[in-house]
Amino acid sequence: MTTLTRNASRTEHSVHRPLKRRGQSDLKIALLFIAPAMIGFIVFYLVPTLRGIYLSFTEYSILGDPTWIGTANYEAIAKDPLFWNALAVTAQYVLINIVLQTALALGLALLMHRVAKSTLIRGALLLPYLMANVIAALLWFWLLDYQIGIVNYFIEAFGLPKVAFFGSEEWAIPTQALINTWRHMGYTALLLFAGLQAIPSHVYEVANLDGASPWQTFRKITMPLLRPVLALVLIVTVIGSFQVFDTVAVTTMGGPVNASRVLQFYIYQKAFTESDFGYGSALAVILFVILALVAFIQMKFLKGNESDLD
Amino acid sequence: MTTAKVSAPARATARRRTFTWRRGGAWLLVALAVAVSVLPFYWILRTALSTNGALAGNATNLLPADFNLGAFQRVFGLQSPEEAVAQGGSGAQIDFWIYLRNSVLFASITTTGAVFFSAMAAYAFARLRWRGRNLVFSLFLATMMVPPIFTALPNFLLIKNLGLLNTMVGLVLPYIFMTPFAIFFLRQFFLNMSREVEEAAMLDGAKHLRIFFQIILPNAAAPIATLALLTFIGQWNEYFWPLLVGQDESVRVLTVGLGVFKSQSPQGAPDWSGLMAATLVSALPVLILFAIFGKKIVNSIGFSGIK
Repeated sequence: MTTLTRNASRTEHSVHRPLKRRGQSDLKIALLFIAPAMIGFIVFYLVPTLRGIYLSFTEYSILGDPTWIGTANYEAIAKDPLFWNALAVTAQYVLINIVLQTALALGLALLMHRVAKSTLIRGALLLPYLMANVIAALLWFWLLDYQIGIVNYFIEAFGLPKVAFFGSEEWAIPTQALINTWRHMGYTALLLFAGLQAIPSHVYEVANLDGASPWQTFRKITMPLLRPVLALVLIVTVIGSFQVFDTVAVTTMGGPVNASRVLQFYIYQKAFTESDFGYGSALAVILFVILALVAFIQMKFLKGNESDLD
Repeated sequence: MTTAKVSAPARATARRRTFTWRRGGAWLLVALAVAVSVLPFYWILRTALSTNGALAGNATNLLPADFNLGAFQRVFGLQSPEEAVAQGGSGAQIDFWIYLRNSVLFASITTTGAVFFSAMAAYAFARLRWRGRNLVFSLFLATMMVPPIFTALPNFLLIKNLGLLNTMVGLVLPYIFMTPFAIFFLRQFFLNMSREVEEAAMLDGAKHLRIFFQIILPNAAAPIATLALLTFIGQWNEYFWPLLVGQDESVRVLTVGLGVFKSQSPQGAPDWSGLMAATLVSALPVLILFAIFGKKIVNSIGFSGIK
């Protein structure tokens, strides 16, 4: 992938020289080409972003006009036990997700790289990812049903007590995380697999000649060279997990009690069920800030934009 | 794509190896992962072909319990309410065909618009020279960072103020002009296309519009098709925005309809076979696309994910 970008920029430089000679700018025609996308960008991305920030400083119940109330929403959020609960629940979900999904996907990617490169297998692993979250949620709602779900049948067959996956406070979030892991495992594995394929084989040959053990090879070569892809995968996973909504909305609706009321579901409830758009927007700003921070820290920490291959 | 590249030494080692326990174990793990990914879909089919009454007594039977097409009839509205209730359905009318039509409209309109307009913008970013090009492109890219829910609240208000709630126009508007990802994806391909044909055409006095339609678009048919495929699947599966804007029966899409189908189940046991039949029908278009273009989709993941 890095190669692709590098080639791209090289082409860009070389091909632009003849045009530059003519000393002609394509500004007018460029504006024509970019106009529709620009409208979409300004109306549905840029202005809403600014408006969302503005609304977070107002009290706004959809009827009537927003009234400026300064930082009152944020002060209320700081004292809102439901917000702190939503944050904790979301963090738990994200944590289970990253650990489980990354570990499983890395294992799968290594397996694919070493033994099974077939497109058929990769396709099979990708299947859950192509399904809607709603479908994954309904499917597992059925498989994990307390009364007649197949999973609980097996659990009982092994002599263990049945698990109320969606109905118990301690299982609600892990269950959502497991469903998400099931849906994304293959996709993440494919990304890592692509990263593994990009590592030149001569690096491994040298390690082989030096008598490195498989574990040493993995730790000293594979992991460092995979780091940019791994960083990207982690960022995508974390940012995606923070925004979990569909699964929760279809299965537990935030329950039992508050056990699975994740941040995004709480925003949805505040804005659309209680029609408190100011408060909802302030919550959304906080989610936005968290995501930006997470991306920033991960980029710094994992030095994601540098590759040891260069 | 990097995925297609298999280095020669690696292939040679693979061929040299014969069966070892370690290799057998590795294959077993792969098989397990495939089973976990695919078998649940068989369970959807098996449940959809069962009757609700028989499901409880045959929890582990691999074949449908009391094989029956009633669940599908229920989904397509071919069953009388009395019959539906007798089989464990809610008896409420569900206009599946309308949801299906809405999903088709929503996904195809947004895909067509977003891919076409994004291609135009990508052309301007990749092949035209103008001041501020890189700045504007970074701004567009930065929007990939904004979480959808953040723009969804103000966008909902905008659509509401325009009086477009519960209309197809309101549903498609935020997606139709562009997606940052589509612009990014196509720009990569346009940057790599050769200038020669284009410059020859230039000398002939051809203008940029002609170059775009007659040279760039036909030559980039493959990446454009891949992008359209991925966009269509993504839009087909979209839930949050249609939930906010398309609650009304007349514009409700399948994902939202499925949630409704579930909540309409009578008190007590849900209509599992009906629900699974509905799930299967909703997933069918994606399953068909995957059956036809599976290889294309799989190979594009390596590229699309690595932004």
